[in-house]
Amino acid sequence: MKEIIKKYVWLLAVNLFISAFTFGGGYIVVPMVRRFFVVKKQHFTEEDLINMAAVAQSTPGAIAINLSSLAGYKVAGIGGAFVSCIAALIPPLVILTFISAFYKIFFSNTIVTAALKGMQAGVAALMVDLIADMCSIILKEKSFFLSAMIPLSFIANFVLGINVALILLFCCFLCILQVFLKKRERK
Amino acid sequence: MNVVLKLFITFLKIGLLSIGGGYAIIPLIQEQVVEKNGWISEKVFTDIITISQMTPGPLAVNTSTFVGLQVGGVMGALAATIGCILCGVIISLALYHFFQTHLESVYVLEVLNGLKSASLGLIISAAFTILLLALYGKSKPGPDFLSLDWTALFMFLTMLFILRKWKPNPIVVMLISGIAGFALYR
Repeated sequence: MKEIIKKYVWLLAVNLFISAFTFGGGYIVVPMVRRFFVVKKQHFTEEDLINMAAVAQSTPGAIAINLSSLAGYKVAGIGGAFVSCIAALIPPLVILTFISAFYKIFFSNTIVTAALKGMQAGVAALMVDLIADMCSIILKEKSFFLSAMIPLSFIANFVLGINVALILLFCCFLCILQVFLKKRERK
Repeated sequence: MNVVLKLFITFLKIGLLSIGGGYAIIPLIQEQVVEKNGWISEKVFTDIITISQMTPGPLAVNTSTFVGLQVGGVMGALAATIGCILCGVIISLALYHFFQTHLESVYVLEVLNGLKSASLGLIISAAFTILLLALYGKSKPGPDFLSLDWTALFMFLTMLFILRKWKPNPIVVMLISGIAGFALYR
C-alpha cells in the first residue's frame, strides 16, 4: 500500500515537471520521459518507450498527454495512468489561465520573446538528438521494410502533406499485407 | 444548450478526430472554434498558436484551455480541456493493452513495428518544422536562404553537440537555450 502511494507521488511530481517544460509540441515529451523513466529510474526499457510513443502517436488526442498516461500505466496501472494524466494537464491549464489574462502584455515583452526564441533552437537540438537514438534502434533490426518506412512516412507527411491518419492507416495495411505475403511464400 | 456542456462536446469531437497531434490538427480546431461556433476570432486563434509554440503544453490542450476560459470561465476551461484529452487517453490505454496482450500474433507484432517506424518518420517531420521555425522564423523555407538566422544555427549546433557528448537533462538544455536566447537576441 505504501509502495503504491510512493509511486503515485513520484508520478505526480515527475509528470508535473515534464509537462511544465513541454515547449514546442508534444514530441519533446519523449526525450523527457526517457530521461526520467528509462535512464534514471529504469521503470521500463527504451524498447517499451518506442512502443508507447508509437501508440501515443497513432491514437487521437494530444501525444504528450497520451504518452504520460501510458508511462503512468506501465509504472502503476490504471491509477498511475490517471495520476499522470491529471499531473500532465495542470501546468498548461495554470499557465494558459495566467497568459490569457495578460497575453497582450506578455507578447510585447522583449525579454520574454528573446528567451523563447532561444528555446526554439534548444527544442530543435533535443529533437534531433532523440531522432538519432531512435533511428539507430530501428535500424538495428536490419529489416529493409521497417527502415524504409521511416523516410517514406517523413516524405508523405513533410513533403507531400498527406494527412497523418491516412499515413498511419496505410502503414498498418502494408504491414498486414507483408505478413500475409510472407506466410503464403512459406506454404 | 448549456455553454459548459457545449464546450465539452465540441472539444470531445476535436480530441477524437485529431490523430497525429501538433500542426496537423490546427485546421480542425479552427473549423470548430472559429468558423462553426464563432467563440474566438481568426486573429485570436493565430495568437493562440503562437502562444502554444512558446509555452509548455500540447497545442490542443492550450487551445481548449484558452477558448474554454474566454467562453465559459474556469469551468469552461476544465470542460473543454478534459473533453479534448478524454478519448485519446482511453483509446491509447486500450490499444497499448491490446498490443501487450497480443504480442504472440505476428500480425499485431508487425503492425506495431510498422507504426513505430512510421511514427518516427512523423517525428522527423515535426522536428523539421521546428528546425525551420527556429532557423528561418517560418515553417516553409523560401528562396531567400540568406534570411538564415546564424545565431539560431550556432545555438542549435552547440546544443546538439552538448547533448550528444554529455547527455544532460533536457530541462537543463531548455534553461541554457532560454538564457542564451535572452543574451543573444535582446
